[in-house]
Amino acid sequence: MAALRKFPTPTSRAAALAAALVAAPLSALGADEHAGHARHPAAPAEPMAHGAMDHGEMGHGDEASDDMEMQHGQGGHGGMRMDHGTHGGTGHAQRSSAVSRPPNVPALTDADRAAAFPVLSAHSPHGRSLNSFLLFDKLEYQDADDGSALVWDAKGWIGGNVDRLWVRSEGERTNGRTERAEFQALWGHAIGPWWDLVGGLRQDFKPGSPQTWGGFGIQGMPFYGLETEVTAYLGEGGQSSLRLEGDYSLLLTNRLILQPTTEINLYGRNDRERGVGSGLGDVEAGLRLRYEFTRQFAPYLGVTWNRLYGESGDLARAKGEDDEETRFVAGIRLWF
Amino acid sequence: MHCKTSRRTFVKGLAAGGLLAGFGLWRAPVWALGGPDRPALLSGSDFDLAIGETPVNLTGSPRIATTINGSLPGPTLRWREGDTVTLRVRNRLDEDTSIHWHGILLPANMDGVPGLSFDGIAPGGLYEYRFKVKQSGTYWYHGHSGFQEQTGVYGALIVDPREPEPFQYERDYVVMLSDWTDENPARVLKKLKKQSGYYNFHKRTVGDFIADVGEHGWAATVAERKAWAAMRMTPTDLADVSGYTYTYLLNGQAPAGNWTGLFRPGERVRLRFINASAMTYFDVRIPGLKMTVVAADGQYVEPVSVDEFRIAVAETYDVIVEPQDAEAYTLFAQSLDRSGYARGTLARREGLSAPVPAPDPRPRLSMADMGHGGMEHGAHGSTAPAAHEGMAGMDHGDMADMDHGAMNHGGAGGEMQVHPASETGSPLVDMQTMMPTAKLDDPGFGLRDNGRRVLTYADLRSAFADPDGRAPGRTLELHLTGHMEKFAWSFDGIPFADAEPLRLKYGERLRIVLVNDTMMTHPIHLHGMWSDLEDEQGNFLVRKHTLDMPPGSKRSYRVTANALGRWAYHCHLMFHMETGMFREVRVEE
Repeated sequence: MAALRKFPTPTSRAAALAAALVAAPLSALGADEHAGHARHPAAPAEPMAHGAMDHGEMGHGDEASDDMEMQHGQGGHGGMRMDHGTHGGTGHAQRSSAVSRPPNVPALTDADRAAAFPVLSAHSPHGRSLNSFLLFDKLEYQDADDGSALVWDAKGWIGGNVDRLWVRSEGERTNGRTERAEFQALWGHAIGPWWDLVGGLRQDFKPGSPQTWGGFGIQGMPFYGLETEVTAYLGEGGQSSLRLEGDYSLLLTNRLILQPTTEINLYGRNDRERGVGSGLGDVEAGLRLRYEFTRQFAPYLGVTWNRLYGESGDLARAKGEDDEETRFVAGIRLWF
Repeated sequence: MHCKTSRRTFVKGLAAGGLLAGFGLWRAPVWALGGPDRPALLSGSDFDLAIGETPVNLTGSPRIATTINGSLPGPTLRWREGDTVTLRVRNRLDEDTSIHWHGILLPANMDGVPGLSFDGIAPGGLYEYRFKVKQSGTYWYHGHSGFQEQTGVYGALIVDPREPEPFQYERDYVVMLSDWTDENPARVLKKLKKQSGYYNFHKRTVGDFIADVGEHGWAATVAERKAWAAMRMTPTDLADVSGYTYTYLLNGQAPAGNWTGLFRPGERVRLRFINASAMTYFDVRIPGLKMTVVAADGQYVEPVSVDEFRIAVAETYDVIVEPQDAEAYTLFAQSLDRSGYARGTLARREGLSAPVPAPDPRPRLSMADMGHGGMEHGAHGSTAPAAHEGMAGMDHGDMADMDHGAMNHGGAGGEMQVHPASETGSPLVDMQTMMPTAKLDDPGFGLRDNGRRVLTYADLRSAFADPDGRAPGRTLELHLTGHMEKFAWSFDGIPFADAEPLRLKYGERLRIVLVNDTMMTHPIHLHGMWSDLEDEQGNFLVRKHTLDMPPGSKRSYRVTANALGRWAYHCHLMFHMETGMFREVRVEE
């Protein structure tokens, strides 16, 4: 109970009795209030000083205050370094005695010094911490022309505030067959509040035979809510590629969020095995409406539109496939 | 004589409380059964405290709190000015612990900060704190290890003065405000690191945009949205952690628990408000009652009568109220972001309650709030980010460690702010204020023009003259910096892990100027020494241990380096401290 009653209040007789019982040991404590100093040689002076000084009226011009501080300083408690805060208005400014230090700066003793700089074992509070984030931005079923597809797009990081190891993965399985799958591991270094340089490796598992790339790029936030990535890749066999990605969160409410996304891939040369041609390869745009039951769990519905361009489009048409497709999607956005 | 009376009446209060509880007369909410004990009142000069785990149920879900002597808050400790107190603190947790005596002047090895004052208290260990009490007033104590100050390691600390107090009252209550989460605070911080807006469910939506277009017009609204978008911030970002996870407590009671303090009409009641929250500022009022503020951070101030005050984390305010005719009055402490409130009642008898006000409208930050000039209106906001970017790109040379002794120190404002070189281009600095001002007479966002008389720092005047009297010998300017999206906090763009200690010379009087380069409020606490706040002209205003720094503010204060040793200096928002807004201040001979 936090009641600090200053005057007795109408409580039961029992309360009074209990009070008396508790009062006994406490008054004993009170009588012993200076017991703590008993082992210090200077201690006996202390009550005396209290008596003589009468804190309330204490004039700081009195040299005795300095003497007293020194005396008690030897007592080993950091002494009577009384802060005279509550006794103000005594005009320290005019007080320019021989003592170079003002009364609120007592002389130091070896005991003070020992107390001030205790020997510590190595220990650093509030140091660096390792954090991480793994986001499945897309984990969804797509209603494709030639069946059903499972599509994922995930990214995450582990590290500190400036340097982080980034991972990215995206892929698609259609009718139980992996159409495309890739994984990237990139070292990211913040070059400003809003931009990271990233560089590392990308491994494609599909389409075609596995392909390894080196990747380098920049990612960041050009304005609030817009996440962008631009990454250039150099692959085996002299292939090169550039990918631009962006997504934005539009708050219809604080839980119902519309997310436009886009991904554009460009290629340096033709690669018939994997169905890509040089130049602008493909553009994918999506619009997903999610509901954040919690920040970390948000089911969504949406639509994606995908189009192949140039040589890539030609290759698809040659195989009898469409170069453009719109799909309805349903999925879950998760993060850990 | 005075002390004797006070001691005896205290014992009475304790015994009465214990008995009420014992007889079951104390009205405890059903869901609180099996919870922690109510805090005891321990007075004297010799204390045994044990930090351990205690089952609690503050929200309907059972959780384990870390507590002092089994209660949440911990026991109220009552010391007497001039006494030497001994406190044996035992650790019954399976991790290190510590206790820091907030605002108390003491030798550095008694200050309770692991890594600076001592090694902490190992599991099963004991640390004996022992120091002379050189001050009086309302303070508090709390853990300084891990996240224990969030999970229950805090309690009130009252130091009775040797001399009579300059005001009278018949009743005396501690009103300790705090925030509680059922989540593990370490998880809360992890979430903020992943998604800093995790707990903000009041961001602006498409609907708000349409409403703003209707109210301010298309051009102004688009310009204002562009300004915020370019800053990569949201004006709804008032608190990092909200009522989404927090339950706000008053003396350890959730709002439904309705902590009640009794009065008789005509009595003067002293309320010792302490904000023991980890992350929450409160706006406090008692509808129907004027509050006379008589002390701030334990130190007497010239009495000032107000309807409402904002209490930063770790601050304390003593107020006196005089309840009259009503049967009950509500103690209403709404969180700054209006996402919840702590509540209690002053009543003539147990079981009464008064209407609980609805939380005020949620404020939005303006560009002016952030110190970006007088751009109160959206239409003007578009100029802010451009200039802002320009600032960020400026080369400020070797400002970082300059002695700004000659600089205009009062925080008079109205000038373009210069920033430390260490902020320039730093990935951990997402904003720099352009024209910060002291804002001493500003009630703060959400409290302006609300029809109530709201306390400001300009109203606070210590009831004594500058206790040191010397003019500061030098000026140390520090900027509060951070990156909202990364949830990384620092001074001058340098987090604690990379920072050198600030070195003060024993005995020197210096001026510290703080500039807030973030959009958040920060309660800045210097251990071991007082912070003597100055007005815009550099005159002594009020002695404090924790200074609120709203966004866009520049405030200066004087420090007498009269405490040898290594001291913590930090933002008292626990997660800001933990992520780097922390410095060691080293006072050396």
